[in-house]
Amino acid sequence: MDAETGAVAIVPEPPPAPVRAAEPQGGGAHRRRAGRLVARYVLLTFGAVVVLLPLYLTVVNSLLPTTQLTRRPPPFFPAHPQWRTYATAWDQGHLGIYLRNSAIQTVIIVLGQLVTSILAGYAFAFLRFPLRRVLFVVFLATLMVPFEVTIVTNLDTITTFGWYNSFAGLTVPFLATGFGTFLLRQAFLQIPRDLQEAAALDGYGHWRFLTRIAVPLARPSLAALGVFSFLAAWNQYLWPLLVTGDNNHIRTVQLGLKLLRSTNLQSISVSLAGTVIAVAPLLVLLVVFQKQLVRSLTAGAVK
Amino acid sequence: MAQVHFRGATKRYGAVLAVDRLELAVADGELLVLLGPSGCGKTTVLRMVAGLEEVDEGTIVIGDDVVNDVAPKDRDLAMVFQSYALYPHLTVAKNIEFPLRQRRIEGEDRRRRVAEAAASLGLTELLGRKPAQLSGGQRQRVALARAIVRDPKAFLMDEPLSNLDAALRVQTRADIVALQQRLGTTTLYVTHDQVEAMTMGHRIAVLRDGVLQQVAPPQELYDRPANTFVARFLGSPGMNLVPASVTEPASVTEPAPGGVPAPGAAPVPVGPPGDRVDLALAGGRLALGGEAALLARKASSLVVGVRPEHLAIDPAGALGARVVIVELLGAEVQVVCALDDGTQVVVRQGADRPRPAAGELVRLAVDSGALHLFDAESGVRLAVGP
Repeated sequence: MDAETGAVAIVPEPPPAPVRAAEPQGGGAHRRRAGRLVARYVLLTFGAVVVLLPLYLTVVNSLLPTTQLTRRPPPFFPAHPQWRTYATAWDQGHLGIYLRNSAIQTVIIVLGQLVTSILAGYAFAFLRFPLRRVLFVVFLATLMVPFEVTIVTNLDTITTFGWYNSFAGLTVPFLATGFGTFLLRQAFLQIPRDLQEAAALDGYGHWRFLTRIAVPLARPSLAALGVFSFLAAWNQYLWPLLVTGDNNHIRTVQLGLKLLRSTNLQSISVSLAGTVIAVAPLLVLLVVFQKQLVRSLTAGAVK
Repeated sequence: MAQVHFRGATKRYGAVLAVDRLELAVADGELLVLLGPSGCGKTTVLRMVAGLEEVDEGTIVIGDDVVNDVAPKDRDLAMVFQSYALYPHLTVAKNIEFPLRQRRIEGEDRRRRVAEAAASLGLTELLGRKPAQLSGGQRQRVALARAIVRDPKAFLMDEPLSNLDAALRVQTRADIVALQQRLGTTTLYVTHDQVEAMTMGHRIAVLRDGVLQQVAPPQELYDRPANTFVARFLGSPGMNLVPASVTEPASVTEPAPGGVPAPGAAPVPVGPPGDRVDLALAGGRLALGGEAALLARKASSLVVGVRPEHLAIDPAGALGARVVIVELLGAEVQVVCALDDGTQVVVRQGADRPRPAAGELVRLAVDSGALHLFDAESGVRLAVGP
């Protein structure tokens, strides 16, 4: 029985990769490759500067005293960083409560989207029911409708339900998403049907198969969906503005920043400090889930 | 352990009849092989037993229970899939114990069963690995371990060896046979590989287009195929089939009692005079006697079947042929010949016999005691073979 295991052990080391001989015309090819590499790095550096410079300037400016903010050209390094601006922003802007509200709203939306996408994605991938294809196309079609188109109707519905100025109003319209359903359906379709049948023979129904097999196997897609919905929920501005009225107990951090700016017109660095505070959770998330995010961007590109 | 009975079991996919009124009984402890070409319905039969496909008509009985409406999990069967269907995120140990968890077999009992199943398939060292870290053969054994761990009523195996390389396939084939013998569990085994079927099955059920052609032990299937399909499908290469017609015996082919057969005719089996006929085929004549002759008379047109090992290149042979290709297989040689009417036949002979060259004109002698006669229209067997 262990014949193969043994065979694996005695398999000789693969011969070392042949050393590339110095070909007479190799110099040219080498230079071309090096040139391409340099060009690639120049391009990437340019892209990185375009993306990161505004972030960097935001951080720098948030640390500058008001007097230096108006200097032309603006200083590139804060000579005497004013850390107080952060404390001011936190206190004056009530950022603690706004961040908490944003966190609650975001967690509800992310969890809601994960749950509904898992259930709907599983149904489209594994269950047979009438009009399955038609319904899936309808789901996909919702991706083509911008949120702004439905905003008035949604607001009307929320108000009718008495959810104006509440977390329910803030989150319920976003608990299900066509994109998430599509992403997870594709992930579930990758799972061989044999696995489901094997599980069925072993006594696992749909629910247990979903929780024990399908969801663990779709983890990369789940993480990607989680990151996407987190970003979208955290950065929401228009909808919270419409449904929160003047209730500070549910206003989100994006609204808080706007208020901070209007109350602190004389101190731009304080509002910038507030912005940095509001962005910090996203940066942490992006660093932690970078791999999943990249993977999800290519999801569906190749089977 | 249990018997499995198919009583008129039928499966349709739309207008396509995948399994047509299957009547089959698998005995308790038997290893029955379902054999047939791709698309013949053999996997569908297996999936109907498993409950993964509904039975449209007829019944399937496992033990004493009609299981048509019983959920797969309540049929107490274990299936080994062609793809192995291992759970990629679980270790070997977790994969093997997966069926036990659902059945609430807990603690020490579960650990003991997993350890036993793993040990019996040489997997003890691999219990902590994930399927991706295993070779094809090891994965196959994990799938088997998962099947045996809960001691089901029957095993269903769907081409479990088809993803293995040739050497490993032979080894695993023997392992499965040994395992099945030791456990004595009723097993339905699906394959399209007739060598696998011949070496493993207690009996073989040959399917074609959803219709059961014949069920018999391997040797009987080989020696007495029920029709031309089975005759061709079993054996490597399959039986040579040549269309023939019955004629009254020509007097010149009449051999003197105990004498040498006349040139151009095969030896005539012993039989009373008048019970003989001649078969005209491919430009030659074969004399038949005895029961074969009686049966041959009943059919207007025939197909004559002869296994490659019952043909020989012989200057005194009855049939003329041209050698098309000579294939050396080590211990034996297969000579593909075209008969005078163009029908291709294969002659199997020992590697020590003189080998003809391609293009050479030869004569083929037929062991007329080993002839199989089939009705040309229905393909159904008429006469006994060897």
